[in-house]
Amino acid sequence: MTSKFRTKKVEVSYGDKKAIRDISLDIEKNIITALIGPSGCGKSTFLRCLNRMNDVIENCSIKGSIHLDEQDIYGPDIDPVELRARVGMVFQKANPFPKSIFDNIAYGPRIHGLASNDSELKDIVHNSLEKAGLMDEVKDRLNDQATGLSGGQQQRICIARAIAVSPEVILMDEPCSALDPIATAKIEELMNELCESYTIIIVTHSMQQAARVSKKTAFFHLGDLIEYNDTDKIFTQPENQKTQDYITGRFG
Amino acid sequence: MTLPLSFVFFVLLGLSVYFYYHAKSGIVRKAALLSDRTKALPSHYGQQSFLWAFIPSFLILLVLTIGGPNYIDQIFYNKIQELNPTFNESFVSLILAKVINVSNGKISTGEENIIMLAKDYKIAFEQLHFYRGLVVILCAALLGMIISYRQKPGSNAREEVEKFIVNIFFASAVIAIFTTVAIILSLFFEALRFFNLYNFFDFIFGLHWAPNVAIRTDQVAAEGSFGMIPVLLGTLLISFIAMCVAIPIGLFSAIYLAEFATPKIRDFVKPTLEILAGIPTVVYGYFAALTAAPFFREIGFSLGLDVSSESAIAAGAVMGIMIIPFISSLSDDVIRAVPQSLRDGSMGLGATKAETIYIVILPAAIPGLIGAVLLAVSRAIGETMIVVMAAGLSANLTVNPLESVTTVTVQIVSLLTGDTEFDDIKTLSAFGLGLALFFFTLLLNIFALSISRRLAERYD
Amino acid sequence: MIRKSIQSRRARETRLKIYGITSICFALIMLATLLISIGLNGYSALQQAYFKLDISVNTEKFVDDSGAPDNNKMNLFNWDGLVQSALREFFPEVKDRDEKKELFAIISANAGYDLKEIIKKKALGSGSHTLSVWLHLSDDADQYLKGRLSIDIPEEDRRINNKQIAWVNSLVERDIAKLKFNKTFFTSADSREPESAGILGSVIGSALTLFVTIMFALPLAVMAAIYLEYFAKPGKITDFIEVNVNNLAAVPSIVFGLLGLSVFLSTFGLPRSAPLVGGLVLGLMTLPTIIIASRASIRSIPPSIREAALGLGASKMQAALHHVLPLATPGILTGTIIGMAQALGETAPLLMIGMVAFIIDIPTTFTSSATAMPVQIYMWSDSAERAFYERSSLAILFLVAFLISMNLLAVVLRKKFEKKW
Repeated sequence: MTSKFRTKKVEVSYGDKKAIRDISLDIEKNIITALIGPSGCGKSTFLRCLNRMNDVIENCSIKGSIHLDEQDIYGPDIDPVELRARVGMVFQKANPFPKSIFDNIAYGPRIHGLASNDSELKDIVHNSLEKAGLMDEVKDRLNDQATGLSGGQQQRICIARAIAVSPEVILMDEPCSALDPIATAKIEELMNELCESYTIIIVTHSMQQAARVSKKTAFFHLGDLIEYNDTDKIFTQPENQKTQDYITGRFG
Repeated sequence: MTLPLSFVFFVLLGLSVYFYYHAKSGIVRKAALLSDRTKALPSHYGQQSFLWAFIPSFLILLVLTIGGPNYIDQIFYNKIQELNPTFNESFVSLILAKVINVSNGKISTGEENIIMLAKDYKIAFEQLHFYRGLVVILCAALLGMIISYRQKPGSNAREEVEKFIVNIFFASAVIAIFTTVAIILSLFFEALRFFNLYNFFDFIFGLHWAPNVAIRTDQVAAEGSFGMIPVLLGTLLISFIAMCVAIPIGLFSAIYLAEFATPKIRDFVKPTLEILAGIPTVVYGYFAALTAAPFFREIGFSLGLDVSSESAIAAGAVMGIMIIPFISSLSDDVIRAVPQSLRDGSMGLGATKAETIYIVILPAAIPGLIGAVLLAVSRAIGETMIVVMAAGLSANLTVNPLESVTTVTVQIVSLLTGDTEFDDIKTLSAFGLGLALFFFTLLLNIFALSISRRLAERYD
Repeated sequence: MIRKSIQSRRARETRLKIYGITSICFALIMLATLLISIGLNGYSALQQAYFKLDISVNTEKFVDDSGAPDNNKMNLFNWDGLVQSALREFFPEVKDRDEKKELFAIISANAGYDLKEIIKKKALGSGSHTLSVWLHLSDDADQYLKGRLSIDIPEEDRRINNKQIAWVNSLVERDIAKLKFNKTFFTSADSREPESAGILGSVIGSALTLFVTIMFALPLAVMAAIYLEYFAKPGKITDFIEVNVNNLAAVPSIVFGLLGLSVFLSTFGLPRSAPLVGGLVLGLMTLPTIIIASRASIRSIPPSIREAALGLGASKMQAALHHVLPLATPGILTGTIIGMAQALGETAPLLMIGMVAFIIDIPTTFTSSATAMPVQIYMWSDSAERAFYERSSLAILFLVAFLISMNLLAVVLRKKFEKKW
């Protein structure tokens, strides 16, 4: 087992409010790791630390260390732009740009200069759509507005868009919370396929989803990491009382 | 007996207040007699009586105060004309003005018949004031009594009062329509009179504008030059210069403020720019005429260029400075209205801020930005004081920013602030220009507002 | 591969930032230049050159047969002569007629009138009095003493010649002439002579005009806003009203002036140059601004407040007037202040309805001829005399200071009552 991410004593505060504290965990390569916990427990905050999306937010400060492949991502020689090309992100609400489907997928490769000519770019776009399992649905309308697609399709466009940059890690922040069960099932299926080549970290408030898709699960509560273990273990014999309470639905 | 306006008004107000209390206590008595409860609160009955007594009479007072003197003037005008059938219109008006001034005691005269007329005039006014007071007060008293008499505990006074008030509210809202209609009608009819004297197409397409060329009495008025193309071109030239200054600076300021600035910088810069927006245009005009124009002249001189002391570039540049905050604050709003999720999406893919702005945010915001720019153009075209003070009066057909040009607004001001008769062709031509200005800006505004509205709907 | 391109991508970002900062700095520098240049032009108008005369008057000349003061006699008295002969005592060498004329040109043309007014105000008892009074020097002498008139240019191009400069200097040396605080500027109305001109007339004119504006626009705007937010049924009329309101907010102000000219003046026959008409025109102009601000303020009140009132059996009107309106008041007031600031600085529509006239009396009623502060600034900066420029600048400083404090008040109000629901 090799670690992709190694975090040590991570602490994030917004102003003087601490959002998470003392989070240390190792995330393994090429599996799906789920972060669960009640709302406001800090799981999304933690997720956003992994590709420095918190940099965008004012008065947010981060302590501790996060290593990606033994490299400190908050180190002085790390450019967040470069980091985010390696660690892609899919958001809670599908956020396609108000552009064509093609332009949405091509956006990342274009800005990072991943394609040297149009046909290469086309290949990347087609590949990504293929990988996201969207190709059949959209192949005839690559020039249509992405905002005209259904919610589930939009979210898969966002995943395809992330894949197009060929990241090593994909972060997913409750990617299915706004979708119906059928669209959710498709995305979960997609995640299972993707984890062969990518490391996926997913924040979810659906315990069933965590149980279904993830290999390892971390349980957060009020900014603390309560328990981190194999998903099977967490859902069958949790070590901590709080985890037990949460997964049996006593709070949350 | 004289009944001055303020006296009548306060009597009306007093009466109405009286009816308020009268109805309020009256309804309680009526209810007690019938051993019944009033359907609404007693004060609602009071309010009903107050409104009935006050509003109609107040409207009558308003109409008589505004229309009455005009009516009397008209009577005396006819009277003078009957007495002296040989006089022409303007001479009759002159005599009437004399009569009015004599009756006010502003001037004195020895002419017998004018003194007579002045006396009659004074009496007519006194009568008008007397009857105005009488009618208003009687009307208020009568309506107040009728409504108080008819009120029954079973009637729902609250509902009726509220209906009345909603109608007043509605009337207030409709004033916006009335104002637009009044603008269009007044501009249109005056302009129509102008086009009776001057060919419409010569006005629209004429290349020569010289209203101050003396028009001799034996000359047909239509031989003056009122071709608006040079005036229009001057307006567009100055607006264009203004936009060249305002659009890039306003836009880049807005981008910086919306996307890069720390809250501290924002909190300082935004209100400061608002100060720039709050400075009256006359101040910019002063600055343009006394500081900017000599400045550009100096620079031109040192480069060996001949810059007019009323150069288009000075007026345009200062107008551009005036419009910077207008564009920056509108664009700032538009940029901030682009949902955060789009920014996150782009940044999450590893885009830099600049890329996010150029590729994602600006294209999403472009309709709103176009709307903002169009509103700014409309403002530049309608701006008056800067050009009145810093641009020229003579209509040169040129696009050279170093020369002096004139604008629509400058011409309107110069044509209407002189001592001209209202029926003069020069005065009327100002309304022709006004109409053109109104329609030009109207089109820009409606277009801009509809674009912005479409953007607002997209991100709802 | 990504790493290679990143430097140039970062450079692009830096460039964009630099554009932004440069733009903001440019705007701020322009603001500073504007205010500083006007300030430098205007501060000197706070002082005015005065000279001191010892004058003896016999009040018995100004009483009628019964011994009561007689204004007519006072008006007919040759005050100019009195001042001039007093001045000549300092310069006995001046004999020639032309020279005398030049000498009298260094004092204000209104000096005699001013002296009469001073004596009138003193209400001296009967008998002979000797008093020393401070009177204005002429605007040219004043500008010279302030160093505003360059003496390097040839004498014939100058507004003040060498002889006059020598006289002024000799008065200053003898401590008879000096710069004193310019009280006249704050206590009088316009005048042909810069040294006698002040802003009080236009300030009062502006105040009267704004009073009409606010009395006209505020109630109408609030009622229209409540109607549009709560009572208007969606439909063509409501849409049309909204389009009109939004469009009117962007109609050039001069068009409102044309409206005032043709409707209020020539159709209704209201008096020219009157604050009443100016106020109505500015009221129509600010109406949409206040309506839009009031609607925004009403809309920011959460529907739950209104629903709570309706749930208790209040009528729509009661819910609006008892609950929503009081909560929306700070927002409405903020919008009103901003609208009033806009109206106070507006010039063009007032030019159209004749408030640009030269008026030396301080207006007292809503129908008397008046002018407004921005119009006064416009007229002064259009005048030929150098001394009017500095008065214009000083008037601008006052106007701008007033406008900025109005805007600050609006900001403070908004901050104070801003509620996050």
